[in-house]
Amino acid sequence: MKKLLKFLKPYRPQLIIGPFFKLSEAVLEILIPTLMAMLIDNGINAGDGGYVIRMGLLMLGTATAGVIFAYICQYSASLASQGFGTDVRNAMYEKITSLSHSQIDRYGSASLINRITGDVNQLQNAVAMLIRLVIRAPFLCIGGLIMAIIIDLKLSIILMIVIPLFILLLFLVMFRAVPLYQQVQKKLDALTLILREHLSGVRVIRAFSRSGFERKRFKTANSDYAETAIRVGKIAALTNPATTLLMNAAIVAVIWFGGIRVSVGSLSQGEVIAYINYITQILNAMIIVANLVILYTKAYASAGRLCEILEAEPQITDKNEQKEKISTRAKIEFKNVSLRYNQGGDEALSGINLSIMPGETVGIIGVTGSGKSSLANLIPRFYDTSGGTVYVDGIDVKNYALNELRNKIGIVQQKSVLFYNTVRDNIKMGCQTANDEQILEALRIAQAEDFVLKLPAGLDTFVSQSGANLSGGQKQRLTIARALVKKPEILILDDSSSALDFKTDRALRDAIAQFTDNMTVIIISQRVNTVRGADKIIVMDDGKIAGYGTHSELCQSCDIYREICISQEALEDAV
Amino acid sequence: MKKALNRLLPYIIEYKSILILLIFAAVATNAFALAAPSISGYAIDFIRGKDDVLFSKILQILFILGAVYLANAAFTWLMTYFTNLLSNKAIEKIRSDAFGKLTTLPLSFFDTRAHGDTMSRLTNDIDSVSEGLLQGMTQLFSGIVIVVGTLTIMFLRNWIITSVILVITILCVFVSKAIATRCAAMFRQQSSTVGELGGFVEEYIGAQKVVQAFSYEEQARTKFREINARLYTCGQKAQFYSSLVNPTTRYINNLAYISVGVLGGIAALAGGLSVGTISAFLIYATQFARPINDMAGILTQLQSAAAAAERIFSLIDTKPESSDKNLPELLSGSGEVKLENVYFSYNKTQPLIEDLNLFASAGKTIAIVGPTGSGKTTIVNLLMRFYDIDSGKITINGQDSMLVKRDSLRNKFAMVLQDTWLFNGTVRENISYALPGASEEQIITAAKKAHADSFIRRLPDGYDTMITEDGANLSQGQKQLLTIARAMLADPEILILDEATSSVDTMTEQKIQKAFLEMMQNRTAFVIAHRLSTIRNADLILVMKDGHIIEQGTHKELLLANGFYAQMYNS
Repeated sequence: MKKLLKFLKPYRPQLIIGPFFKLSEAVLEILIPTLMAMLIDNGINAGDGGYVIRMGLLMLGTATAGVIFAYICQYSASLASQGFGTDVRNAMYEKITSLSHSQIDRYGSASLINRITGDVNQLQNAVAMLIRLVIRAPFLCIGGLIMAIIIDLKLSIILMIVIPLFILLLFLVMFRAVPLYQQVQKKLDALTLILREHLSGVRVIRAFSRSGFERKRFKTANSDYAETAIRVGKIAALTNPATTLLMNAAIVAVIWFGGIRVSVGSLSQGEVIAYINYITQILNAMIIVANLVILYTKAYASAGRLCEILEAEPQITDKNEQKEKISTRAKIEFKNVSLRYNQGGDEALSGINLSIMPGETVGIIGVTGSGKSSLANLIPRFYDTSGGTVYVDGIDVKNYALNELRNKIGIVQQKSVLFYNTVRDNIKMGCQTANDEQILEALRIAQAEDFVLKLPAGLDTFVSQSGANLSGGQKQRLTIARALVKKPEILILDDSSSALDFKTDRALRDAIAQFTDNMTVIIISQRVNTVRGADKIIVMDDGKIAGYGTHSELCQSCDIYREICISQEALEDAV
Repeated sequence: MKKALNRLLPYIIEYKSILILLIFAAVATNAFALAAPSISGYAIDFIRGKDDVLFSKILQILFILGAVYLANAAFTWLMTYFTNLLSNKAIEKIRSDAFGKLTTLPLSFFDTRAHGDTMSRLTNDIDSVSEGLLQGMTQLFSGIVIVVGTLTIMFLRNWIITSVILVITILCVFVSKAIATRCAAMFRQQSSTVGELGGFVEEYIGAQKVVQAFSYEEQARTKFREINARLYTCGQKAQFYSSLVNPTTRYINNLAYISVGVLGGIAALAGGLSVGTISAFLIYATQFARPINDMAGILTQLQSAAAAAERIFSLIDTKPESSDKNLPELLSGSGEVKLENVYFSYNKTQPLIEDLNLFASAGKTIAIVGPTGSGKTTIVNLLMRFYDIDSGKITINGQDSMLVKRDSLRNKFAMVLQDTWLFNGTVRENISYALPGASEEQIITAAKKAHADSFIRRLPDGYDTMITEDGANLSQGQKQLLTIARAMLADPEILILDEATSSVDTMTEQKIQKAFLEMMQNRTAFVIAHRLSTIRNADLILVMKDGHIIEQGTHKELLLANGFYAQMYNS
């Protein structure tokens, strides 16, 4: 929590001014019923018209001062809470961008998004409430109680009985309703799931003519949800009448016992009216307190979720120390590298030794989960090795400034991710300074120039949310162009031509081979055809290198490679 | 707003009896709430001073007061309960109707609309109708009862004080309305900025790996800070102005309260007004101002609910697939498929398939090959009648596919697509999706034929293993095998297969291919082919480019022709 409190520091003035003025307002507000009692007793009952007017003006002044104080408080609250929220969001975003891949994997991007929006909002609200209500509501409660006691101690026995009952009631409702609310949420999730499944599986559902079944499934979940919601509603519906009834019972008691007190002369009529006012005030304030309790339990949970991120140490940090160089000619070198994603988990890579020379094209092939992508992800240091060292240009990747290292490398990932922006800006992400000519060149190599120029607005066409207006193959080609435009020293294509048909795939490989004279290229693929033209092929199996050589060498020497070839019928064409 | 209300009305009227009870309870509870201060005022009038308290009268009045309070509580409970019941019932019906509508909409609806948008219509929008329109209405209704009732009582008891309160209140309504209008604009700006920030975060955090790969962190942060700063500016203003409403309302209430005290005092001094009446007026004055001030808030809530209702009803009103109620069933047959002069395009300005002719005799394998975007999947869409052709004719077993029931047509097909769809249920339920009520034996046989039986048995609960959301606990290949088993169980006349298995390992791929081959035996099969073996052994290969079949024939014939296919094959 300390991490979050720090963000409140710049708003110390507001945090003091706000509650101070709010408190002043509450004091003034508490005074009004008393002034009214005085007006009734000393003015009306004593027949003093001037007193009535004077008291009226005094109350007007009090109320006016009160509202001005309240405005000042609200202004401070808006400055402090929004400022706090903005600062926390900035800090969160900054932290998230510095997290390593394995950390992001662990939290999941959906959860990170929820934290930076929903949870921050929750806290922002809590800060506003802190200034506006947290001081005021208990103060009104206690203040009202004190005023009531000052008016008449004996009558206050009623309050001593009613207040605990009131608290008990609120807690009972809360304890019953909160678990039910969670159930409602779960049922709603189930409903949403069916809906989402229907949207994504509509072809299958129609193909098997199961629309009727789906309707029934939805109907069951829907009425289940409605029933639970109605059940919660029943309990929640009790809160309001029950609390009001308790308050009203107190009023009845005050009139009766107040009557007795008046009749023995220890209380006046005006004081009874004032007393009733205070009771209403106290109990209303208590309802606010109950709501605050709920709000703060939620905020506390949010704060925990935010701190978890804010306190996370980025696993991969810039070192930028003096760079010791090992003597090697290799562009990329792996020395006895192993990798574990989770401590205590299985090794995703083990005992990897490998040298890739400058300008070489290396293919990596192997079944799913054999460690192809893991191997590639170590080069731009998306993950840190658990053992051994990865060198780029003879320098340990851990000794590079991250920017410097990653600027050498262009990587195209399996999943093509584009941004909601123009095609031009998407490509320029690879190289801020690229001009149209360079962009078109990159597109040409990526076999994307033709279709981009055919798009309605060419380079200025907007890529819609998650690239929905492009086909899978088109997206892949754009992501390849994005990596090419920065003219990287090392190009890594991580299974990034899977959505291309054989012809386009072939043309792409040829173009890359032409363009990339001095570029070291690493091509990861499941298809033998994609890697067979490479200078060297690495065959991965269960996190280890199972074969290393050219296509024809491997066909002779490597069983696993041969098996893959047979299954893809590429062998016969090879020999 | 009126339109939305008109559409909602039938859903509410369906629960007429609840509605009537609800209105009755609302009137009753507010009437009792209104009566209470007057009654307590009478009681206070009998507490005059030392030795001047009429206990017998007070006791009498307090009994009445207690009864009124009890009745008020009981009716408040009933009102809340009925509101909740009514809104949940009506909402259940609306949601059910909306979903029912979804099941009849043409595929083009699902392909062209963002799924998130449809989702949010059926969840968020319906929620806001329930909260806003139905519960807001109750509040509005209660508010009107309170205002009218209070005004009447106050007028009857003292019209001068009442007029003064009324003037003050109307003044205040204007003030708070002015604030509310300012707020509405700021809230709009705030929520659009929140949306922008959310969109940015969703996009960039979702793609964090790309951001890091291109060392784009600093630029991303700068962008984020810029949006965040704008959010601060409008958020702070929106919060400040909206938080003015509360103290202002309180101030106005206080003004009314003080006026009652002073004017009532003067009136009492002039004779003709009792202190008890003043006490009652003091309570009425506070009670009366609140609903008026709340009204502005309720109105904006109602407006946004009406907007949500419109979005739901526009979904419910979308044109469904043409009715096939009176059409005959497609009869079983050999599985012969014929396309004659078929024209089709998704978008009328961009012709796609033009004059397509094709004959697939029973039991043959037809491979469809061609570059990305050439129209291969479109053929599937047309065969299954996911989309209707623009002109021409598709006949299956000799019957025109446009002139039979869709379900009977689709039952003749089974398809296995690259995009494997499984639902949240057990493995068994997923396989038997194709044939509800299939026996255990049938299911296992199908799984065995699909080479899925062995891996299913190795799952923690075998055939009873729950498939989690989107099949996250299965590998891509396993999912594919399950969809094949599902198609096996359907035992269709015609098969549609999309072979692409780009993210499956070689061993699983071999299994899948074997399963495919087994399925294709003695069935007419359309295969979107990626493998040489399928292509080579196909009875007919269709080479598609830009929506046209540019070449067709067997593998050998096409190679000999040395056209586009040969070029593609040799690349």
